[in-house]
Amino acid sequence: MNMRAEIAGPTYSGKTASVGFVRGPFARVDATRSGGRAVGTPSDEALALRTALAAANRQIASLANAAGGEAAQILEFQIALLEDGDFLDSIFAAIGTGTPADAAWSSALDDQIADYNSAPDEYLQARSSDLADLRDRVLRKLHDGVNEALQIPAGAVVCADDLPPSQFLEIDWSSGGGLALLRGSPTSHVAMLARARGIPMVVQLGEVAEQAQVALLDGEGATLELDPTLEQLGLFERRRRVHRQNHTAARAILGTPAASWHGEKIRLLINIQRVEDLYHPDAQYADGIGLMRTEFLLGKQAGLPDEEQQYLAYDAVCRWGGKRAVTIRTFDAGGDKPVRGFTTDGEANPFLGVRGLRLCLARPDVFVVQLRALARAAVRGNLKVMFPMVTIPEELETARKLFVDAVAALTGEGIPATLPELGIMVEVPAAALTIERFNASFFSIGSNDLAQYVTACDRSNGSLDKLSDPLHPAVLQLISRTAEYGRRHGSSVSLCGDMAGDPRCIPALLSCGLRELSVNPSALAQIKQAIDTLSPGVACD
Amino acid sequence: MLETSKPDGHIVTGSVQLVHAVGMHARPAVKLTKLAKRFQAQISIRASGAVEWINAKSVAKVIAMRAARDSTIEIKASGEDAAAAVAALVDLVATDFPDTGQ
Repeated sequence: MNMRAEIAGPTYSGKTASVGFVRGPFARVDATRSGGRAVGTPSDEALALRTALAAANRQIASLANAAGGEAAQILEFQIALLEDGDFLDSIFAAIGTGTPADAAWSSALDDQIADYNSAPDEYLQARSSDLADLRDRVLRKLHDGVNEALQIPAGAVVCADDLPPSQFLEIDWSSGGGLALLRGSPTSHVAMLARARGIPMVVQLGEVAEQAQVALLDGEGATLELDPTLEQLGLFERRRRVHRQNHTAARAILGTPAASWHGEKIRLLINIQRVEDLYHPDAQYADGIGLMRTEFLLGKQAGLPDEEQQYLAYDAVCRWGGKRAVTIRTFDAGGDKPVRGFTTDGEANPFLGVRGLRLCLARPDVFVVQLRALARAAVRGNLKVMFPMVTIPEELETARKLFVDAVAALTGEGIPATLPELGIMVEVPAAALTIERFNASFFSIGSNDLAQYVTACDRSNGSLDKLSDPLHPAVLQLISRTAEYGRRHGSSVSLCGDMAGDPRCIPALLSCGLRELSVNPSALAQIKQAIDTLSPGVACD
Repeated sequence: MLETSKPDGHIVTGSVQLVHAVGMHARPAVKLTKLAKRFQAQISIRASGAVEWINAKSVAKVIAMRAARDSTIEIKASGEDAAAAVAALVDLVATDFPDTGQ
């Protein structure tokens, strides 16, 4: 037992992004672009960069030798940049003033890339992808070298300035742990991932000490305590016990008949990020899967997923569903979910860029593989497929055409396949306002993006929390319109954003006319309880 | 096209018209900086009309200069082999960055 002096360690308070309690080692990681990379002294950082540059240089030189010709000339440009003293001086100067090696390197390269992209002629614009390649190659070298030296201990409270989703996914959360961010936002994509995985997370903690042994993260009271006294530990454990008891009480409700509101049945579905999420003990109580994200398939190291890999995942989920409907969303990459080799680099405004279905239609080589795998899984009969970020009906029809062609091709090859029910995500205001133009058999409201686009607030920007309220009347109006349209035309309308998992939003959503909500498995009990509280005594099954 | 001058004992200057089809892009810039680095002399260049001289040994800066086709490149060098450096660079640009095969 740690018998430290009874002097209270520092306590910080922030905002809850994901509830739960963690007591574990404190692991501070560098903020920018460093999946678990520790920042050393300026001279360590300079050495790390020199080593990475030399390794990248050797690698490119041997590539150039092997390639020859035009390719070699392009690579020579990369080598010339790696040997450009003036260029490197400014990077090492930044490191000298305390900037981490990877941040200094990226920022210099990003400046160059932006400069090339803004060039009036295409030739120079095209060079920017060489620079992005060089940037990433050196970053990989930097991270390889240091990741081995610094491992995040199991069950740690990871503390960072902010964390992009890709880095969250790089961390091994299998033995628990929590996330404490100095900035960040409860509505960011990372917060969503943390809630889905049941990882407690607190954001907007402000300044936090660089070092500590033990951390207590309270995702309910939104506090972080470092190197606590025995008394602090006791209080923490007491709060944790109360939280667990409440959770157990809420879970008891799952076994009761279906949720209802004013006598109408409310279908409660679950959102899953990957097949393993179905192992959550509460998942079995769901009325179906309202949203299965498929981006996890893109996160694998060895390139984009093949048809067989995808088919196995989709088929596993359909088998789990049995008679219950399973809704799978096609790749929703782009925005704050970049995927190497798939998404477009260097967009000035990626949230308004080539993302979701826009990207899939631009990359039929990737999309058709997914459609084939889905068409094969659809043979089980309970599959619905929806497209994200649809703006105009033509996009849905183009996707449908690709799907029909994929089914025909599979059938021609003698492989069983069928066209599933096709629906769209309602998250672009233009689509929500003209919902009657879409020939979709169902609609799923993506309230996170819808609220972001309607309120013109970046959802990862914590300083806009007040403005980006999903309960804004404009957002609710669009939800009502969509629900009303679905009701009149007999097409199902569900909502799968964070609002559905937030008990405070439930009365408004039901009043808007929604009767299907899709939430993370861990929120199922709480939401069922919230609905039952609104409408006591009326049960239906 | 080629005109070198020696206004004093230390600085050698020259100027040459850029005839490369796409201007001072990656490939010509790499060749120019590679050649410049063979000399001890400090070598600066600028596209005529620009105020700032830039280091001819920095590929990032040479590209950032954005010298277009038909612009005139001014070169100045100081140091022991300055005259040879200016002559070599003027020749490289004037002959449109030939592939030397190294």
